[in-house]
Amino acid sequence: MDMAGGKSRLTWAVNLSAALLVLLWIIPTVGLLISSFRDRDAISTSGWWTALSASEKNVIERALAPGEAKPEGDLWVIEGQVLVGQGVSVTAFGITSKEPVAFTPGDTATHARGHKITVQSDGRYRIEYAEEPSGSRGQRLFVRAETPPGFTLDNYREVLFAEGMGRSLLNTLTVTIPATIIPVLVAAFAAYALAWMEMPGRALLVAAVVGLLVVPLQVAFIPLLKLHIGVGLGKGYLGIWLAHTGFGLPLAVFLLRNYMVGLPGEIIESARVDGATDFQIFRRIILPLSFPALASFAIFQFLWVWNDLLVAKVFLGTGEDQVVMTGRIVDLLGSRGGDWEILAASAFVSIAVPIFVFFSLQRYLVRGLLAGSVKGG
Amino acid sequence: MQQALFALSTIIIGVFGCVAYFYFSNLLLDRMCPAKGPNAGRNINRANAIRPWLFVFPALAILSIYLLYPVFSTFYLSLHDSRGQFVGADNYTWLVGDEKFRESLVNNLLWLLVVPAASTFFGLVAAGLTDRIKWGQLAQSLVFMPMAISFVGAAVIWKFIYDYRGDNQGEQIGLLNALVQVFGGDPQAWITLPFWNNFFLMAILIWIQTGFAMVILSAALKGISEETIEAAYLDGASPLQVFFKIKIPQIWGTIAVVWTTITVTVLKVFDIVFAMTNGQWGTQVLANLMYDWMFRGSPDFGRGSAIVVVIMLLVTPVMVWNIYNAHKESR
Repeated sequence: MDMAGGKSRLTWAVNLSAALLVLLWIIPTVGLLISSFRDRDAISTSGWWTALSASEKNVIERALAPGEAKPEGDLWVIEGQVLVGQGVSVTAFGITSKEPVAFTPGDTATHARGHKITVQSDGRYRIEYAEEPSGSRGQRLFVRAETPPGFTLDNYREVLFAEGMGRSLLNTLTVTIPATIIPVLVAAFAAYALAWMEMPGRALLVAAVVGLLVVPLQVAFIPLLKLHIGVGLGKGYLGIWLAHTGFGLPLAVFLLRNYMVGLPGEIIESARVDGATDFQIFRRIILPLSFPALASFAIFQFLWVWNDLLVAKVFLGTGEDQVVMTGRIVDLLGSRGGDWEILAASAFVSIAVPIFVFFSLQRYLVRGLLAGSVKGG
Repeated sequence: MQQALFALSTIIIGVFGCVAYFYFSNLLLDRMCPAKGPNAGRNINRANAIRPWLFVFPALAILSIYLLYPVFSTFYLSLHDSRGQFVGADNYTWLVGDEKFRESLVNNLLWLLVVPAASTFFGLVAAGLTDRIKWGQLAQSLVFMPMAISFVGAAVIWKFIYDYRGDNQGEQIGLLNALVQVFGGDPQAWITLPFWNNFFLMAILIWIQTGFAMVILSAALKGISEETIEAAYLDGASPLQVFFKIKIPQIWGTIAVVWTTITVTVLKVFDIVFAMTNGQWGTQVLANLMYDWMFRGSPDFGRGSAIVVVIMLLVTPVMVWNIYNAHKESR
């Protein structure tokens, strides 16, 4: 009995701790995601965790000009509406900047000059003058209004079309797709040769690939930039494809070779005996069988290239047609540092695709990680 | 639209060119050394000797140009000044005396101590917890998810958490400051807080890398033989004892792999610092310092290269260890 009780208490504790951990890990992302759908005022006046409750804002509006007043009995009256069409309710109002929230809706405030002002909770106002007023500057009305919780897609519309994220999305795609496919192709051939073809110095080449796995990218920037400019490539897409291919190749060759070595040798031998050339064996047998490994490397490379900032900053120019999304976001962090509606939406435009790839192809990603580190060390 | 067309056509040309190389080079070899006729035997041998190199050549060429050559070139450049004059070890003696460099080195060592340890620890905890619950798969996915987010995206996410509003700027909208207020503390500008701001930046990388550690350690935990665990339970060990005394000792090798992999990532950390503080307020790290010397203000490739050589040296032990292990395994 005691044993069972202890066990269920332990199960509870484990479930609870796991839930806490998961919560801790997703809250940062959730916070920004929610913020990306809130409007500018809401973000800057209240925390995202209050997004589902109503928010308050203070507004100053001018009433219609005194010249528009119409006679009504003994009085001259102006009637109108503040915060037209915003679906808000007024919680307090005032007529001087010193006391902007002195009155509750329905109350009547008396101005120093004698006229009386009333604002209703639905935003209608009425100003009464004892004599015919004149002038073109309307009475200032200070209003505190409560906005019901609301979400909007405006932030996304703005970053995609006005802030240039749409263009950067295209640029990122232009970088990512070839920089994913080319290394997969190049590495697959090399991995096959290193796994199954007789050649001198094979072990040495494999060791070199393992060594290159950890070479810091920073090493390559100055020499390669000089080289690219020297041979006339300059800063551009061709250069960055080659660079990403070079930086991704060690992992690609390593992963694919490890996988291909494990394929059954009998199939390959019997194909050789039947007179198949290596090219045919590669295309008809190795490639289809290696699909899981190819997929896991492709996902890695895709995520890495898509998310990269440094290589893009070094090998691409700063023109509209070459700034990738990560670079654009860093620029926005500098120029629009406090505008969280812009930053949040931009970040999620760039995060959306990797997250989608991640959740739909997680199986391959995990398999690749395991092959890359547990087996190879 | 024009951009899309350009992108599409360059993609097709790039990928197609690659396929064409392999196809036509093989075809050419088959033509030059046909496996028929009077010299069939010799031709087959010759083709067999050449073909592996056809397969390996593009990879080898790209690796040599894009990784191997730069290693030597960087070392060469680090012995020259910004105008290309040979200056011997001057750049290195400058490094030793430079305050920013010392700050970066200390910060990098701090990152090296904290991030791999914390990520591995949280990864181990997450793996241990999620292994034992029904919704473990889902929990793992969610903890793993930050791996898919770019460092820059993560920087935006966390900058929002650390957001600080001054005295007259209204309610705190950053989660951390709001929490601090709930518990009666004073809001802080976390990112500019001397010394401790380093740890707030590290939290971001730990948040990202924990998922990686968890996935690998969880697979290792699943690989432990059931017999040892059952034997321990029969001997009256508690679940915690089993975890720490039976399971962990059996996966030391994997823990070491995870640790070193994260160590290499940490040494190259750039984006997070670049996006969060750009090295201000005492948060400079080597990779960002090197970027500064290379591309900002008055570039000095010699000094930049010297910093890279330092990063390279720090990575070398891991490299040697990896090669040694891979070699041991292939035997």
